[in-house]
Amino acid sequence: MTRFLALPSRTRLAEALSSRRRQVAAALLGLGALALIALSLGSGEPDPVGGPTVLRRLTETQYRATIADVFAPDIPVNARFEKPVRYEGLVAIGTGTSGMSPFAMEQYDTAAQGIAAAVLSAKRRKDFLPCLPANAKAFHEECAREFLSDVGLMLFRRPLSATEVSRYVGLARRTQEQLGNFYTGLELSLYTMLVSPEFLFRIEQAKPGADDGTGELDAYSKAARLSYFLTNSTPDRELLRAAGEGELDSRWGLSRQVDRLMASDRFEGAVEAFFADMLQFDRFDELSKDPAIYPAFNSDVIADAQEQTLRTIVNHLVTEDADYRDLFTTRETFLTRPLGVIYRTPVPTRGDWEHVVFANDANRAGIQSHVSFLALHSHPGRSSPTLRGYAVRQVFLCQHVPDPPANVDFSAVEENAHQKNSTARDRLVMHSTEPSCAGCHKVMDPLGLTMEQYDGVGTFRTRENGAFIDTSGSLDGTDFNTTAGLAQALRNHPETPRCVAERMFKAAVGRDITWGERAYLDWLDEQFADDGYRVPELMRRIALSRNFFAVSGGDDARGKPQVVTGRTSEPGDKS
Amino acid sequence: MTKITRRSILRGALGGAAVGVGIPLLDCFLDNNGTAIAATGQRIPVRFGTWIWGCGFIPEKWVPTTVGREYLMPEDLAPLEPYRDKLAIFSGFDVKLDGVPNKPHVTGCLGLRTGVPVPNESVKAPTFDVLIGQKIGGDSRFRSIEVSTSGVERSYSYHAAGSPNPSETSPLTLYRRLFGEGFQDPNAAIFTPDTRTMAQKSVLSAVSEDRQKLMRTVGASDRQRLDEYFTSLRQIEQQLALRLEPPAPVQDFTKPAPPPEVPLNSEMGAVMETHRLMAGLLAKALQCNQTRVFNVLLSDTASNLRREGETTTHHTLTHEEPVDKQLGYQREVSWFATKSMIAWKDFLDALDAIPEGDGTLLDNCLVFAHSDCSIAKSHAVEGIPAMVAGNAGGKVRTGYHLAGKGDPITRLGLTVQQAMGVQVEKWGALSMETRRTVTELIA
Repeated sequence: MTRFLALPSRTRLAEALSSRRRQVAAALLGLGALALIALSLGSGEPDPVGGPTVLRRLTETQYRATIADVFAPDIPVNARFEKPVRYEGLVAIGTGTSGMSPFAMEQYDTAAQGIAAAVLSAKRRKDFLPCLPANAKAFHEECAREFLSDVGLMLFRRPLSATEVSRYVGLARRTQEQLGNFYTGLELSLYTMLVSPEFLFRIEQAKPGADDGTGELDAYSKAARLSYFLTNSTPDRELLRAAGEGELDSRWGLSRQVDRLMASDRFEGAVEAFFADMLQFDRFDELSKDPAIYPAFNSDVIADAQEQTLRTIVNHLVTEDADYRDLFTTRETFLTRPLGVIYRTPVPTRGDWEHVVFANDANRAGIQSHVSFLALHSHPGRSSPTLRGYAVRQVFLCQHVPDPPANVDFSAVEENAHQKNSTARDRLVMHSTEPSCAGCHKVMDPLGLTMEQYDGVGTFRTRENGAFIDTSGSLDGTDFNTTAGLAQALRNHPETPRCVAERMFKAAVGRDITWGERAYLDWLDEQFADDGYRVPELMRRIALSRNFFAVSGGDDARGKPQVVTGRTSEPGDKS
Repeated sequence: MTKITRRSILRGALGGAAVGVGIPLLDCFLDNNGTAIAATGQRIPVRFGTWIWGCGFIPEKWVPTTVGREYLMPEDLAPLEPYRDKLAIFSGFDVKLDGVPNKPHVTGCLGLRTGVPVPNESVKAPTFDVLIGQKIGGDSRFRSIEVSTSGVERSYSYHAAGSPNPSETSPLTLYRRLFGEGFQDPNAAIFTPDTRTMAQKSVLSAVSEDRQKLMRTVGASDRQRLDEYFTSLRQIEQQLALRLEPPAPVQDFTKPAPPPEVPLNSEMGAVMETHRLMAGLLAKALQCNQTRVFNVLLSDTASNLRREGETTTHHTLTHEEPVDKQLGYQREVSWFATKSMIAWKDFLDALDAIPEGDGTLLDNCLVFAHSDCSIAKSHAVEGIPAMVAGNAGGKVRTGYHLAGKGDPITRLGLTVQQAMGVQVEKWGALSMETRRTVTELIA
């Protein structure tokens, strides 16, 4: 039985839509200065507050994209990146707190050697060098200076000082003298840049004089923050030029760059990276399911399930420029054959993606009904209403559910757990009747119980252990008993758009928000609503707002754990 | 003993130019004056490691009923009988919470390793293995090696909050890291110093030139992170330096063969097999001084271990399985607890299989084994089971059961640090703060 309708191929649809987007963009540009003046005067944005500058480690995708952009996509990055640190729900915030273990340094070292060797290899060097001296036995000062200062600009996201240029040229010269080869000299000098802290970390600097009160980032720090936010990669030459010429300090210059970056191919990648982070897809690396219980859940399914959701998100938010909230009700998605097995629906195309719409009776609506969500928030051998309910609260509504009390009396749960013909509802009944459990479980379980119509990998079912599953559930006062009902309730929940707006800003600045930024967040939330909950527009507003580049003095105002003894709680927790 | 060391011969032979040198394994370097001297004329190093299993134990099957040397090994410890003399059993040592919320399976584990209980993973001090690594790990190729055998990449080794040392989860990638690129066979007949490595080491030193300048531009917490970066960079420099020296030969060492690729799997049988493979590789790496510090995670603290075809994991069982009325404990949970101790014996087997000096590698190790809680069902952090195996080259005493009687478990952490040469008189915070060395443990 076909449970979905096939749509025209993604590319054709995308072409049609993007040509519409181009027209809109052209019209917007046509309004030109007038609109910009209106924007800057009447935005109503609260005064910039700012937080501390942040020292951020590149994420794996950022590192890879940066190397591909500075050099070429075929330059190999041979490294095993460790599991990223997630803080306040996002790896993007974790990059501002995570350290650098010896393991990580080993990996960066290996990657750097491979990259430098590939760039300076006899085959590829002509693509990256401004000059190709035939006599490799001699040292060519000008050539080295030109190459190293240029590659230094691209890797450090700022021009090198004269001292730095001399140092890297000196390293190349010394190596050439030791090893007798000009290109090997350049290679080891480049290697040194690739392992230095100024490449592996984005070290933000404030403009001089901003130590007390509110100031702002310097031009090159602005360029890096902007670029990683809107393209998930390093600033390109044009952006660095604009930074160097002070254009990012003017509203006009900034908005020109923002438009340019958002129109680039990389913008989709930035949206994808943000949602992969928010949905915690890095956790799939550790996901193991019992093959005896779920034989069809293999590594193809794991990869495709993530891509399905990310394709759905990018298509919905960027290609169609649609309302963020409708992500939780949309039946439009993309499928492959391996996914078809889990969804119990045939996918005719072999080895490619099909753009499809789930039929009304397919019991799928919204990304929370995707395999990626349902399988990730389950146990290895069974589903979990609690894990799923927890994830909806935490991931989509930015709500904090406390850890279970350590001293729970589980005896009542035990009595219910091993009876025949029991469903999860029977097993979890104690969660709602035992006072110490009920406080938290009543916000997680009712929601998760409707999702019980999917097993531990997300396949639809109506029975568990032979018994019919009662799918009635609720979310903050709205009752439902179907996937569509839950989808509607989640879509209409006031925290749904607020959560994504707040996360987007935090990801952009790489830290938790400061107390004073609350007003700005409220404003952002209102603007998001006025813009019809369009995520690209939200990102544009953040990038253009004065709060985005704002810096306030006082390093340790930052929302990160302080070294104290005794009882603390994580800053920013909500209960 | 003769003043001619192997190294001085090599220095003479090398001069300056890159030459291949045949290294005879001279008899005069074989030990003729004491057990702590290896074939190389160097002292055998002591090593430190931790070994963690998740979800605690079944007290009636684990805690010996008497203390001292002549205790009877209860059912779950019984497989360890062959190691009775090389093992010290510690029961009844507590993590003291002082009102800190007990995050199940995390607070206890990190509390006993840092001395400061925290309600999450944001540790407030380095874990003791890192402190010990700073003392004994600096000269080897890797400051420490972390492995996890149930597919989870986490470890409970932290340099600081946000800076865990990630675990290797695959035997094959562990093999490649230890014995692949950059590994020097200590018994290779020919040593050729690589001029390129020299050049690489030389350029790398330039990275630290701006260190002070950079440190001044960032705030205090970021300074700490940059400092960690530079510490990690030193390991890379150390690795290059080691490659420029002929490695000291190691008696009875042969490079292991690559292990097979094993899929990610938390089924108990597969985990035990992965664990055996990784323990074997780790033992070989310790033997030839690739590292002196290690951390092994058999199963995560909220254990994802499972039995083939069963819908419920070890951790979930601890909460859902009814207590067997006849046995007085949870039967299925107990199965995992028993298996975990068999895995612990496998680990000791791997260390003890390698001869070293007049004993074995295990004799020159101090392995601290512990769980995250005592009774997982209630997440109790009182009486977390712990063990010390090996004699650290004669620095610690084993062969007994000691009851902690509710003492803070930091007494154990303090004592093993002291045994490893860390200068520390008191350790831990608030009720966990202690100056009381476990004297029974110190030789």
